[in-house]
Amino acid sequence: MSFLEKHGKIERNVSLLFVFSLVAVLIGGIVEIAPLFYVKNTIEKVEGMRPYTPLELAGRDIYIREGCYVCHSQMIRPFRDEVERYGHYSLAAESMYDHPFQWGSKRTGPDLARVGGRYSDEWHVQHMINPQSVVPESIMPSYAFLASADLAKSNIAAHLKANKMVGVPYTEAMIENALADLEAQANPDADTSGLEERYAKISIRDFDGNPAKVTEMDALVAYLQMLGTLVDLKAYQQNENLR
Amino acid sequence: MRNGTEPIILGAATLLAVLGAAFAQDELFRAHAWVLVAVLAATTIVLMRRVEFAPAGQTLPPKDTSGYMDDVIRFGAVATLFWGIVGFLVGVVIAAQLAWPWLNIEPWFNFGRLRPLHTSAVIFAFGGNALLCTSFYVVQRTCRARLFGGNLAWFVFWGYQLFIVMAATGYLLGVTQSKEYAEPEWYVDLWLTVVWVAYLIVYLGTIVRRKEPHIYVANWFYLSFIITVAMLHLVNNAAVPVSFLGVKSYSAFSGVQDALTQWWYGHNAVGFFLTAGFLGMMYYFVPKQANRPVYSYRLSIIHFWALIFLYIWAGPHHLHYTALPDWAQTLGMVFSIMLWMPSWGGMINGLMTLQGAWDKLRTDPVLRMMVMSLAFYGMSTFEGPMMSIKSVNSLSHYTDWTIGHVHSGALGWNGMVTFGALYYLVPKLWNRERLYSLQLVNWHLWLATLGIVIYAAVMWVAGITQGLMWREYDDQGFLVNSFVETVSAIHPEYVMRTVGGLLYLGGAFVMAYNIWRTIRGDVRQEKAMGGAAAVPAAAPAQ
Repeated sequence: MSFLEKHGKIERNVSLLFVFSLVAVLIGGIVEIAPLFYVKNTIEKVEGMRPYTPLELAGRDIYIREGCYVCHSQMIRPFRDEVERYGHYSLAAESMYDHPFQWGSKRTGPDLARVGGRYSDEWHVQHMINPQSVVPESIMPSYAFLASADLAKSNIAAHLKANKMVGVPYTEAMIENALADLEAQANPDADTSGLEERYAKISIRDFDGNPAKVTEMDALVAYLQMLGTLVDLKAYQQNENLR
Repeated sequence: MRNGTEPIILGAATLLAVLGAAFAQDELFRAHAWVLVAVLAATTIVLMRRVEFAPAGQTLPPKDTSGYMDDVIRFGAVATLFWGIVGFLVGVVIAAQLAWPWLNIEPWFNFGRLRPLHTSAVIFAFGGNALLCTSFYVVQRTCRARLFGGNLAWFVFWGYQLFIVMAATGYLLGVTQSKEYAEPEWYVDLWLTVVWVAYLIVYLGTIVRRKEPHIYVANWFYLSFIITVAMLHLVNNAAVPVSFLGVKSYSAFSGVQDALTQWWYGHNAVGFFLTAGFLGMMYYFVPKQANRPVYSYRLSIIHFWALIFLYIWAGPHHLHYTALPDWAQTLGMVFSIMLWMPSWGGMINGLMTLQGAWDKLRTDPVLRMMVMSLAFYGMSTFEGPMMSIKSVNSLSHYTDWTIGHVHSGALGWNGMVTFGALYYLVPKLWNRERLYSLQLVNWHLWLATLGIVIYAAVMWVAGITQGLMWREYDDQGFLVNSFVETVSAIHPEYVMRTVGGLLYLGGAFVMAYNIWRTIRGDVRQEKAMGGAAAVPAAAPAQ
């Protein structure tokens, strides 16, 4: 049989086997992934997206460090129950500055894509310190140590720079003022005019109820409280219905 | 002097690690560097004790390098068993944490840090060592050639263990880039790249100097696994580190592109690490244990090329109904369904290899184990395409159904075929007449099977229960359940899942005992399987 004879060549030549295998496994990825970088309507145009503030970025890094994505998704699917439970379905644009993405794959706990503003800071802090004290049936571990851990912030500017290198539009002013901005966002008494100018729709307050220092809890709560709050969804829905 | 270079290199590496700790830009990097210092220093001391000096005026006799290189495989077999037990144990712990949250010990032993430890320990430490040692065994036997590159194979083995230790300790410290099954940070990724290239060189080099003109089918699968994992690893881990002396890096991609890159990686970690590589294992050990040739040569060709070509496309089924464009989701679904066929091609080729030897299932529990693994392979490669259908996925996604699915694949297929291969290998590698006890193999088989069945069944129930509760409406159109009610509803299933995991872990301990006694050279006097006459233990010399 000629097909088998031809294949016999591959079976006797490791270079051929190597090359054909490599080609076979390259095609799928090229066809599926590469267009996402070029096709324009992959990410819809929305109003309001901005890079994370330094404090939010630090909070996001804690979210990643603690493996929150293991149990919490940040991707609301366009189903009636999900939209009613969590809010408007997630848009691609909402994670355009997320390096890496945090969509998650499992909901051991609820989706967090739009958790921002749903609970008070006090609730979040209490929930982190002892989840069962606010949700008795919860199976979430406790994260009390965040409240006492000083936030490592000295090299926050380097974090913004690294984000800039991978495409997040941080300006020179944002990078220069990164440390000052981080401290100002957790301090309601600071001069925050520059910070508010650089970052729209920003919450400025002492997030963890301990004004003495900036803790990891401050950063994490600041991040949670901004999740899903940036995009003007009303404007988006109006455009959406024009067809 | 012999073995003198290695301790010098490792000593220098230890010094570099100390410098890394001294100049670290963040506390996590400092802590992780000290872990590295401890590991490297201990290794240096061990290696210094191995340095040999020739007596004055003499040279040391040259080492025998004529036969197969099996020492590294013996180490690999033990490492597979060790990491398997570690991985299963951590799995039981985190299963218990989900049932009883007070078992979390913050910050190091919280669920969020232990779960990557469990998945990586099972996939990369247990599965990876199984693949390393069996591929080294199979490639030498089927090529009739010694491993290429001298001590390079040792570098691959120990370098890989270092990768595992650094990844695992990193997770506990909180060093992670949060990409599932690709959690290790940039410096650990770079190290794995070095090790992996060395692995490719050893493997390819051995095939190149084969004395057998024909490259056996198991090697196609192993080779495609090594190539593809290299490609996936390099692309998905592309990132910019914040500092060269800090742990943190930011992924080169963002949002939707990052999501698809990750699941292209994630799904093919399953497709190539846990499927292609393990099919390589299957294609050698099942025919050997059954003492029959592979059922169909033509089927092996077709299903090999179809499998490696189609698998790559299936990643988007992890992102159904997300913000990923619809065309990509649909492509992912269609290719996932097509993937059913080549997957079953492999199962059929494996099972039908027993044609004419089915009676051996009565007497050989090792073969029984391999057949059980193929059955689970067939089951989960049917379930997978089914779950990739968008309407099914809308229910199953985000629930424990997915967790059950991966475990029937990982515990059933990967676990069982590895156990079968180890039971085949250990008596051969240590020159033992047979395993210490076949009855214990049978105990292992049924403990493991029962464990998986319980696990998969209760995860189906938990997943479907929760999925339905999430979308349950009352007759006035309000959602019936708050989220937390859907969590407490599946508490009994979480308890049962822990029990299933314990049974599986128990089976692994039975195996460890059996293999330890086999390596010691003991043979248990026992009744043979299938009601035949008793096999006398080590017949006395007459």
